[in-house]
Amino acid sequence: MSVIKWNIRAGAYYDSVVLMQLQRGLVGLPGIIDAGVVMATPANRELLLANNLLPDDANANPDDMLIVVKADDEKSALDAIDKVDELLTRRKSATVSEDFRPRSLNAAARQLPDANWVLISVPGRYAAGVAREALDLGKHVFLYSDNVSLEDEIALKKTACEKGLLVMGPDCGTAIINGIGLGFANRVRRGPIGIVGASGTGTQAVTAHIHNLGSGITHAIGTGGRDLKSDVSAITAHQSLDLLSRDPETKIIVLVSKPPSADVATGLISAAQATGKPVVIYFIGYPSPSRRVGNLHFAISLSEAAEIAVRVGDQESKNIEEPPVANLNLRGLFSGGTLAYETMIGLQAGITPLYSNAPITDNQLLKDPLKSEAHTIIDLGDEFFMVGRLHPMIDNDLRIRRMKQEAADPEVGMILFDVVLGEGSHLDPAGELGPVIKEIRDKRPDIEFVAMVIGTDDDPQDIHSQIEQLKESGAEIFRTAAETVEYISLRMSKNNKQKYAPVNLEQLKRPLAGINVGLESFYESLITQGAQAVHVEWRPPAGGNEKMAALLSKMKSKK
Amino acid sequence: MDIDTANDTAVEKIMNARPILKAVATARDVIPGMKDNLFLHAGPPIEWARMSGPLRGAIIGAMLFEGMAKSEAEATAMVERGEVEFDSCHHHGTVGPMAGVTSASMKVYVVENVEHGNKSFSNLNEGYGKVLRYGAYSDDVLKKLHWMNDVLGVALADALAKSDGLDLRALIAEALHMGDEGHNRNKAGSLIFLKLLSPLIANVVKKAEVESEILQFLGDNALSVLNPVMAACKAMTDAAHGVEGSTIVTTMARNGTDFGIRVSGLGETQWFTAPAEIPVGLFFSGFTQDDANPDIGDSAITETAGIGGFAMATAPAIVTFVGGTPKDAMNATLEMYEITTGESKFFTMPSLDFRGTPTGIDVRKVVELGITPRINTGIAHKNAGVGQVGAGLVRPPLAIFEQALLAYAEKYNL
Repeated sequence: MSVIKWNIRAGAYYDSVVLMQLQRGLVGLPGIIDAGVVMATPANRELLLANNLLPDDANANPDDMLIVVKADDEKSALDAIDKVDELLTRRKSATVSEDFRPRSLNAAARQLPDANWVLISVPGRYAAGVAREALDLGKHVFLYSDNVSLEDEIALKKTACEKGLLVMGPDCGTAIINGIGLGFANRVRRGPIGIVGASGTGTQAVTAHIHNLGSGITHAIGTGGRDLKSDVSAITAHQSLDLLSRDPETKIIVLVSKPPSADVATGLISAAQATGKPVVIYFIGYPSPSRRVGNLHFAISLSEAAEIAVRVGDQESKNIEEPPVANLNLRGLFSGGTLAYETMIGLQAGITPLYSNAPITDNQLLKDPLKSEAHTIIDLGDEFFMVGRLHPMIDNDLRIRRMKQEAADPEVGMILFDVVLGEGSHLDPAGELGPVIKEIRDKRPDIEFVAMVIGTDDDPQDIHSQIEQLKESGAEIFRTAAETVEYISLRMSKNNKQKYAPVNLEQLKRPLAGINVGLESFYESLITQGAQAVHVEWRPPAGGNEKMAALLSKMKSKK
Repeated sequence: MDIDTANDTAVEKIMNARPILKAVATARDVIPGMKDNLFLHAGPPIEWARMSGPLRGAIIGAMLFEGMAKSEAEATAMVERGEVEFDSCHHHGTVGPMAGVTSASMKVYVVENVEHGNKSFSNLNEGYGKVLRYGAYSDDVLKKLHWMNDVLGVALADALAKSDGLDLRALIAEALHMGDEGHNRNKAGSLIFLKLLSPLIANVVKKAEVESEILQFLGDNALSVLNPVMAACKAMTDAAHGVEGSTIVTTMARNGTDFGIRVSGLGETQWFTAPAEIPVGLFFSGFTQDDANPDIGDSAITETAGIGGFAMATAPAIVTFVGGTPKDAMNATLEMYEITTGESKFFTMPSLDFRGTPTGIDVRKVVELGITPRINTGIAHKNAGVGQVGAGLVRPPLAIFEQALLAYAEKYNL
């Protein structure tokens, strides 16, 4: 049983060609058997009648548009009627008139609705305003202009984040998106390597070298030089890492920057670990913890960064499939001072804030050795604990008490300890520690234990039985500090929650279409590269009349 | 208060307004506030002393037509003694092309916006040559006016009384697909108008030769429909006036001396004015730019409503006004999208893939971009009674938009 629904648009004149097109569009919708769209003249009404499409109660005048649909069911009919406006306004092509130069971003966006990027190179004092408009229109921003205030940069990037958009810059010289260079960029073939660069020429050097070594890139995302300073806290770099981690075409990521702030560096390293892809990091002048930590490779030069990225290829990288640690904080209870130290060196790159009674840098000093904070590594062999007591390699009492103390802290998610076997050490450390671990885990199954066991199979304690006992109590076992660090880094990095709306990957992969505001050469370069582009004939707002411009900006913010 | 929301509301009103030509009636009976010694004129309010030649001529002509004076000298003396009053058409829901002079006994079109309920009015179009709207008041001008009032006007009134009214929104939409832009070119619209009226007129006019005379007059005049179209645009834009917080322009009009605009979120009688510019364009043979009067007429109401110069892309036949090629016409329309808020749902342009015409001028955008609205216009001779000397393009002075912005800031404490 079919259903007929109709709708009258009083006094809406459309040419019959448009109406026939609408009719065809309606018939193409799900569940629609037939449709008639006419100006309701007597002749047209007869036509509908002949096709059994004229409802008795449709009182339309010759000036009215009459829309009738016949459908399998009522819902399909009503859905189709709802689609009328959309079908009427849908256009096949963007109305780009090649010699028309729009003056506003708005008009440019209407002219090239597919534009997903806005390139801005106007004088700095106007750049933030243009960027804000671009974000309001839902476009990504390539912000070449410099002299944009730090406050503006932070505000723009926060807004972009909320909308899942990228602001590359300010002072971003280089980017390559989908094979199209923005600003200054080399012609580089497509390939498996994605770049996040806080340095324009650094990105150029790396991408060019990758090309020369025979490989290529997916995207090179610029962040602007200040992104990796504490104030901005690497918003764009974080978004970019997340984006590239989700891009199946990107197999390897290279992260290049001039020296970042220490807290920003640890945050990024941790985020890089969380990508689960090989990430080559070159923070110019930043001390790297080691050459390799899990999926991270630390390069010592721009060219080496490119070389590592090409060499790593799509070799399998170590990826920890386990879920992130349940609670935020790590506590390490060491009997060996050097083991504690080496663990800290490895962990400090990605885990912050990190405290210790035997710190590497002054700001890591734990205020009270008896009370852990955030992530803490304790050297229980330190003099402080040794007064009137045996060394923890011989006596497990102190460590057992401290384990219980740490386990009482609801924010603790992982407890790390070392077991050093051999002559002179306690003869059965696992026999004493194992039951304690079991007891704790009975009450707190959310706390994980990691043991670093140092020893040989000739040692008097029988290393295999020691390891078995610890495993049985529920601890994860590693035999070297390096492996331990890698495991902890990867497990803890997964705890980095995505703070931002993710950037839409599908949109990034659409053919690049850009609106250029500023240097005309950037527009010409887009056209030469075969991208769709519109150049905005930009002038300062209100012709530079400060009073009017100030008033206009007030009116814009008045929401 | 959100300005963008207010503007969307105003533009929706412009677009959704549905102007229907309901009647032809005598001005004194239908125009609010009309009285025997009141003469309405185009543009912002202006006193006699500052009026340009064509406007003065039209007022003298209207006084002669009303029988208030027997000669130019008598009429002028009456004006100078303060015996007649002047007011802007716009304060009375009225519009008129060129001088736009409308007096109490004149027949006017009555347009009703059936969507929002407001009404608008416009006088009857006199055709070409020596006509009152250009300041001519010779005997033959007055004779024609009387014929229009007593024969044509009566026939139109009777004809419309027998109909449900003519849907002007549909008429404009169709004319835009036939090469009209609704301001300088109204050939197609006037033919549609004639087509719609002919059977109605045939029904009410008894004498064949009178009927023939009326149909001939309407058919010969490619501007027949201009006045009802202007009234339609007036009904649309008046519906959008008074939206609190809106920066949309609801009137653009010139009195031959000043160019004035009104803004939706500001006062009903709050005009922003500056000296009108002299249009640039093409001239009939024998005339030059030097003969041109400063910009005059209410017909810029068409651009205010989103047609006319804003719809140039759809009127390839008159591209000579904007530079000569269809591409220039296209670019003229594209430029107007820069300063407007919406795209018409009903007025579309095939050449732009049926994109809606740019609708709703935002004062903010005009000032920010320094782009003033493009207005297609007829050009009047600066001396009263000579008539039309050409047609072309004019833009309002940017200063009036800046004034409006400052007034807005003051009203809304920005």
